[in-house]
Amino acid sequence: MRSVIFKAGARAVAPLLVLVSALLVVRGHNEPGGGFVGGLLCASAFALVALAEGVGAARRLLRIEPLRLVGIGLLVALGSAIPAAIAGFAPFTGLWVSLQLWDKASPVKLGTPLVFDLGVYLTVVGIALAMIFTLEESDDDAPAGL
Amino acid sequence: MTAMLPILVPLLAAALALALPGDRAPRLVLLATALFLPLVALLVMVRVHESGAIVVHVGGWAAPFGIAIVADRFASIMVMLAAIVGAATVLFSSGEAPDPRTDRARSTLILALLAAAAGAFLAGDLFNLYVWFELLLVSSFGLAVLEGRGNQLAGGIVYVVLSLLSSTLFLVGAGLCYGAVGTLNLADLGVRLAELGNPRLATVLASPLLIAFAIKAAVVPFVAWLPAAYPPLSSAIGALFAGLLTKVGVYAIIRTSTIAFVQEPEVIGFAILTAAGATMALGVLAAVSQAEIRRILSFHIASQIGYMLMGTGLALVIVATTPSESVRAELATIALGGAILYILHHIIVKTNLFLVAGLIERRRGTTELKALGGLAQSDPAIAAIFLISALSLAGLPVFSGFWAKLVLVRAGLDAGAWIVTGIALATGLLTLLSMMKIWVEAFWREPVAAAPPPREPGPGWRPMLAASGALAAIALAIGLGARPAWWLARGAAEDMLARDAAAARVLEGGPETPTGERREPRAPDPEEPRR
Repeated sequence: MRSVIFKAGARAVAPLLVLVSALLVVRGHNEPGGGFVGGLLCASAFALVALAEGVGAARRLLRIEPLRLVGIGLLVALGSAIPAAIAGFAPFTGLWVSLQLWDKASPVKLGTPLVFDLGVYLTVVGIALAMIFTLEESDDDAPAGL
Repeated sequence: MTAMLPILVPLLAAALALALPGDRAPRLVLLATALFLPLVALLVMVRVHESGAIVVHVGGWAAPFGIAIVADRFASIMVMLAAIVGAATVLFSSGEAPDPRTDRARSTLILALLAAAAGAFLAGDLFNLYVWFELLLVSSFGLAVLEGRGNQLAGGIVYVVLSLLSSTLFLVGAGLCYGAVGTLNLADLGVRLAELGNPRLATVLASPLLIAFAIKAAVVPFVAWLPAAYPPLSSAIGALFAGLLTKVGVYAIIRTSTIAFVQEPEVIGFAILTAAGATMALGVLAAVSQAEIRRILSFHIASQIGYMLMGTGLALVIVATTPSESVRAELATIALGGAILYILHHIIVKTNLFLVAGLIERRRGTTELKALGGLAQSDPAIAAIFLISALSLAGLPVFSGFWAKLVLVRAGLDAGAWIVTGIALATGLLTLLSMMKIWVEAFWREPVAAAPPPREPGPGWRPMLAASGALAAIALAIGLGARPAWWLARGAAEDMLARDAAAARVLEGGPETPTGERREPRAPDPEEPRR
């Protein structure tokens, strides 16, 4: 799979995939999308790089060990339970703030469900890439002709 | 919030074990969390016994729509037992040499397993229970594979295939329940199935679920996976599995058959009693014929599961057949309390017997009876710990198993269930026989000529001995202080049998929400179409 066209294409498409995955997370609370789908899409961007340029390039691009990303994602997701618990509600109750940024008519709503979704996003990226990288690498090790 | 801590603390620690840098961090996080968890469980237990069951509506969504976490007296006891087993086995395994290659995964999986066990005990609805069962399966299978000793995978595959079958049946059962009455909340299921006015349908809906739990609990005829999966495991992991995995299945059987599927207790009770008799008898007969300590112990797990089911089945049959209301409540409480007391004693004792097998292996390099001997002389501490645990398991007076069996046999005689009571007594004798076999061959007789000489225990021996000794002390305390233990078990049984009160706790009074509106549970709607 070391074709120049694929390599150049992957370099162009991968950032787009990451961007779209971020969009999916943000809109996911009320519309189709969310942390899980977004995470899968983001992982697919890195998988594409891994296919085009090898796992080493993809690992350098990610900069962090995928399994550690799983841990961080879980911490973020579990962290979204804390604000509600401190405020005296059941854990994971959604708490929201409205920010009047540029458009007074439609404020930006931020809340703890978004934090939970971000945690899911990171966890899914980590899990998916941990599997993909491992499988790709074991493929590299296989003797020629397989 | 308090009720969720036994789930959240180990989950958080699992995330930390993955995220923290450094090779030693995961082991430290695991040890610190496992030793801390009994305190968390104690907090929950004290709260529940002080001010009644705690219901948490996760995310502020009222039952039966949201996820309800229910900590009643039974659940709080189970959470405590899981925490004790976790602390003892993790302390024991801290004596094993670190392995930077697998420590991170192993620590994370053990913590996930502890979180999943607590979650299963605290789950208030079927789907939540299903999710925790799956996490238990995934983490336990991961641990079994990580151990990677010899014929590990063969046993692991039997385990995973039967577990997946169980999960599928569980999911089918949950789907059927939802299709029939539109709810998955256990308390709400009881209410809705009663409204349905078709007791036989309720029992049919219960059957795939009960079979799924029976597979998890290694009840005859679904026992095959247990003796295949446990013996190849390392001592600490084997002890953790032996203490927790099957008991989650038993717990689910008790929970669902007392709160959700209560329409035909005589049918379900009779089925459970039949399975209980078969499990006790076949388990102990298979155990007597084994010659390796871990294999003997594995078959005894199955046999002992039978006692727990016996109490459950007796309680259900008594509820169905006793005419006088006051006598019925008393007798059913004694039978179910006996089952709970049995679980209480069994988890501690069985975990410890597996740890003792680990101690023997550390000293002699084998757990085959024919290559052992003279342990009573060379290691009196191990001998004392083994004797306490073995006599408790067999049910000799003053030891913990005696009281549990006494209550169960009395309940069996009160209910006129002669056959199952007879099997229980005979099983007790055979258990004693097989424990004495281990005692005589491994501890009492002169070492065999070909036996390898005792090894130096090496570093890490002290925490291993301490973990095992602490469990033996707890078992001894349950035996000598039978009254408080029985008070705990009886209270838990009362909670389980007071079904209307339990349902009301979960279904009435919605959670507070930030917007100020109260999310009340749905009122019964007479116009609502019924399928």
